[in-house]
Amino acid sequence: MLNSSLRQLGSVLRAKKISSVELTQMYLDRIATLNSELNAYITVNPEASLAQAREADAVLAQGKGQALTGIPIAQKDIFCAKGWRTTCGSKMLHNFVSPYDAHVISQFNNTGAVNLGKTNMDEFAMGSSNETSHYGAVKNPWDTARVPGGSSGGSAAAVAARLCAAATGTDTGGSIRQPAALCGISGLKPTYGVVSRYGMIAFASSLDQAGPMARSAEDLALLLNTMAGFDERDSTSLQCEPEDYARDLDKPLNGLRIGLPREFFAEGLSSDVGLAVGTAIAEYKKLGASVVDISLPNSRLSIPVYYVLAPAEASSNLSRFDGVRYGYRAPEYTDLADMYEKSRAQGFGAEVKRRIMIGTYVLSHGYYDAYYLQAQKIRRLIAQDFVEAFKQCDIIMGPTSPTTAFNLGEKGDDPVQMYLSDIYTIAVNLAGLPGMSIPAGFGANNMPVGLQIIGTYFAEAQMLNVAHQYQLATDWHSRAPQNIKL
Amino acid sequence: MSLTINDVKKVARLARLAATEQEAQIAHAQLSGIFGLIAEMQAVDTTGIEPMSHAQDVTQRLREDKVTEGDQRELFQSIAPQVEAGLYLVPQVIE
Repeated sequence: MLNSSLRQLGSVLRAKKISSVELTQMYLDRIATLNSELNAYITVNPEASLAQAREADAVLAQGKGQALTGIPIAQKDIFCAKGWRTTCGSKMLHNFVSPYDAHVISQFNNTGAVNLGKTNMDEFAMGSSNETSHYGAVKNPWDTARVPGGSSGGSAAAVAARLCAAATGTDTGGSIRQPAALCGISGLKPTYGVVSRYGMIAFASSLDQAGPMARSAEDLALLLNTMAGFDERDSTSLQCEPEDYARDLDKPLNGLRIGLPREFFAEGLSSDVGLAVGTAIAEYKKLGASVVDISLPNSRLSIPVYYVLAPAEASSNLSRFDGVRYGYRAPEYTDLADMYEKSRAQGFGAEVKRRIMIGTYVLSHGYYDAYYLQAQKIRRLIAQDFVEAFKQCDIIMGPTSPTTAFNLGEKGDDPVQMYLSDIYTIAVNLAGLPGMSIPAGFGANNMPVGLQIIGTYFAEAQMLNVAHQYQLATDWHSRAPQNIKL
Repeated sequence: MSLTINDVKKVARLARLAATEQEAQIAHAQLSGIFGLIAEMQAVDTTGIEPMSHAQDVTQRLREDKVTEGDQRELFQSIAPQVEAGLYLVPQVIE
């Protein structure tokens, strides 16, 4: 059951060979046993999950089950879920019980999926290792001395360790793809605007995008079918016709032109990752694809640009946390300004404060043009690189992360080293393109390697097809961490 | 442009983040490293490039001017740090 696909789980649920309550209880038992070691979940609420499972069983009994009805899904703790504590990995929201549902949560609720719990994450999604969480670091199920990646590290670890059937994540600079790569699972960041941001706690609004994390491309397609869709409550939600993201899964890849950006295979890529990605590309050639050498000349600028734009947007978004209406308030203060300053100083962790300060600085008088405006201009150059590249190829591939999972604490004191680990993912967010990561074998120390697949705008169905065909021909995606009891 | 310790203190104040002298020192060292990384941007010629503020080139949607949210004061205030008689309590602002 733990290795079943979502489609298989849906079938056995609808055939009443197992109930949603049984399935949910099975996962809750696993979480009770294994979460102390992995720290993948911040909050579980067995009563609420089982109540949803009972409702799902009632729907299934009437023969009205849909694709995900009764299936337990872990939700990143960035999504507000009514009645659930929603912390965003921060002390600031340690006592915040959401009074409403995020769009993503209501989409899952409406289809009868079960909310299995809220997964750990870097504080306010700011981090690449999950070590900035106020609730402690998540451990990588493949080697618990290593990081799971971030910021959606709890979701990635939970999927890899079979502590849920599938999970959700969010990706501002690589926060779905990098942890998916480091934990050996599949993850998809859709085109900006495809999934509503309503009720998803904001980090950098022009970059934030939610997406699914699962064990296969086929599972991702089913999840995206539920998550995507126009929502008038998000002003950047795109009004597109609903589509079936699984429609192209079975198409052959004959004639597919894969662009390999030279910059993604240059200095900085560790040799074990390069080798695994090269082997995956060779497999694609066997499947009928051809390879094109392309260039994304401005991609090296994506990190500096990102570390101006994302903190700028974050400093604005996080100004709402003032200790007045919800969240943490300092126990002692002298006046209103002191209350703000102390509540924020005590409620936010070090990385969040760093980014708020960067953002405040680059937006302050006298520096706006040199930093913020310059970064927005280079953002356009980076996006244009992709437009040019897609004239020569159908899809872009490369590594997701320059290395496999690093050790916990390894990059602790040096934010710049941590930032550089997102070198291959950030440009995709800046351009607003869809990107995904799928398992492509193992590197040094037997740690998973992720293959990144980047499509043009709204190419999710094509990317899922490209990923699915690889997963039919290989079995990397079905490997499970040996040290996790199945 | 190098960042001074006074810049850091000013930014912390603007961002409403209390910082001790020691915290400001640490932040100064780390932010200087980050701005070193960001400095790479300055050498790029962006003459005539339109700034890109958003991933999609779309205009803001308009909606009908009608009430969409009902009154949920009690629900929202149930999670507030301090309320009284339906009001959020903060330290006295006006003497």
